[in-house]
Amino acid sequence: MAPILDIKGLYKNYGSTEILKDINVAIEPGDFLVLVGPSGCGKSTLLNCIAGLEPITGGSLSIGGQDMSNVSPKDRDIAMVFQSYALYPTMTVAKNITFGMKVRGVDQAEQDAKLERVAEQLQIKPLLNRRPSQLSGGQRQRVAMGRALVRDPKLFLFDEPLSNLDAKLRVEMRTEIKALHQNLGATMVYVTHDQIEAMTLATKIVVMKGGVIQQIGTPSEIYNRPANMFVADFMGSPAMNLIPAKATANGNGSVIEITGADGTPITLKDTGTSGLPNDVIIGVRPEDIAEAGQRSGESLQQAECRIDIVEPAGADTFVVTHLGGKAVTARLHAETTAKAGQPQMLSFDLSKVSYFVPATGERLN
Amino acid sequence: MTDAAFTNTPARTQGKAVTVALRWLLYVLLIAFALFYLAPLFVMVTTSLKSLEEIRTGDLIALPREVTFDAWATAWSGACTGIQCEGVRPYFWNSVLIAVPAVLISTLIGAINGYVVAQWQFRGANVFFALLLFGCFIPFQVVLLPMARMLGLMGIAGTIPGLIFVHVVYGLGFTTLFFRNYYVSIPSELVKAAKVDGAGFFRIFWSIFLPLSLPIIVVTVIWQFTQIWNDFLFGVSFSQAGTQPVTVALNNIVNSTTGVKEYNVDMAAAIIAALPTLIVYVIAGKYFIRGLTAGSVKG
Repeated sequence: MAPILDIKGLYKNYGSTEILKDINVAIEPGDFLVLVGPSGCGKSTLLNCIAGLEPITGGSLSIGGQDMSNVSPKDRDIAMVFQSYALYPTMTVAKNITFGMKVRGVDQAEQDAKLERVAEQLQIKPLLNRRPSQLSGGQRQRVAMGRALVRDPKLFLFDEPLSNLDAKLRVEMRTEIKALHQNLGATMVYVTHDQIEAMTLATKIVVMKGGVIQQIGTPSEIYNRPANMFVADFMGSPAMNLIPAKATANGNGSVIEITGADGTPITLKDTGTSGLPNDVIIGVRPEDIAEAGQRSGESLQQAECRIDIVEPAGADTFVVTHLGGKAVTARLHAETTAKAGQPQMLSFDLSKVSYFVPATGERLN
Repeated sequence: MTDAAFTNTPARTQGKAVTVALRWLLYVLLIAFALFYLAPLFVMVTTSLKSLEEIRTGDLIALPREVTFDAWATAWSGACTGIQCEGVRPYFWNSVLIAVPAVLISTLIGAINGYVVAQWQFRGANVFFALLLFGCFIPFQVVLLPMARMLGLMGIAGTIPGLIFVHVVYGLGFTTLFFRNYYVSIPSELVKAAKVDGAGFFRIFWSIFLPLSLPIIVVTVIWQFTQIWNDFLFGVSFSQAGTQPVTVALNNIVNSTTGVKEYNVDMAAAIIAALPTLIVYVIAGKYFIRGLTAGSVKG
């Protein structure tokens, strides 16, 4: 299938400042692409470039197989939902939703039919005659989505649509957007700084930093095999533990040596990874560290660590220890016997770890 | 809490008395200031209703013994400005013919300017806005000669369209400033959303921005109307015999009388000349305050 959105070598400059550098992304029909990164990474600018609200400086951008690099937003067959919802304040909900069709001269009967369908779909029928100022945040969000849905475009663009909602509503709307995507089979591009939103919604994630794409992949690829230390640290909560270590070759595998909390070295044998340089950063997800004896397997390696802090979080208990001079978080089960100040045998799942070059942060394995 | 808090101890009663006394003092002072401020208007109105005979013999601040509207009639249609004795009527209409189009045109252009400067950032937008702002602070005396030359070249010197042009040009700085400050608080995502919806520059202005603008339109109209109606300098500089505005006519009536000074006619003419701005303010005044503060509060 031809990609719906195809971006090749896109650059965006403001004066002499490069905002986006050599962006290459393609998505298939039905994809849910999430652009994620810290604020100022260029993700919103990229979305605005896709929408045509910002001109691009270099490269090409096509939607539905047609080059759209210099096409105005209205002719790109896109719809967009904004962070502030951007509802027209003096128009009723119905007029807000039909404004785009009215501007394009769609006939009244069709406008009414589409409005009816969308209002039904989003359950906003009772609100149609209200003004945006008379709606709650969640309702405004729905209307903004209605305005996009009614257009039935090739591509939906979302610019941090949930960040103005309170935590509970955000989770609800997140699920709704996911359901909407599944039901419509629509293609969406979604910008967020919230990595949980990215993980839960996406079929494909683009992690950005400083205007450069760090990694493109499925949520599972991004989570389990981060391309560099930035991605490893950014995705996941609590973040991946990044521990400085020494590696030495050992047959087909490696021996990893980490300085423990009290200065005594801890050695872990990784039988699956070879060819590591001497200095590495080992990245371990908190859930890949468990209490000894909880799991079994060849790749599990045990070590005694002094527990510094115990944080019960209901479903899990997080414990913090120190390895290689860094605080290391482990996600233990809720009824753990670990106590602060006491040593505890922990087992590390070495089949799931990532190795990085300390200087560049690039992934090794 | 104990019962003591609810009973009026002597100390509490005394404190309350002091508060009440201060409050009364405040009101008395405010009323006194208001009376002082209104005194000239009172004198103008009563004088305009007196006969010349009564003015000469009576007290300045006394109420008229006999109310007569003769002075008003003379001021409106009979008072002499130099050699002509038609009252302020023709000049009053000149002022209307100048002020109404000038207010409407400068407000409309100011709205579009403000919309562009606030929401359509183009290269040099800030310099453009700074120059417009600079225009607000130019003393008008400075531009009299160049403007006279301009009007001459354009062939509209001494005409009502010429005066309209001058007022539009010198009103734009303020009207743009008003609308720009109002529109700058409107989130730019609104324009983006409308662009994606397919609306163009004027469609967005007309369908989205203008309906939001009532408070600032009222402010601008009041401001411009007051400025243009009360203008004397441009009126006296760029008009000729048939096109003078009411302010110039008023000056001529008051300064060119011969023989007995007709204070009652002067007062009536002055009130007539001031009346339109007063009426505009009374009708639209509550929007004026609202509009001035509206820009700073997010809706």
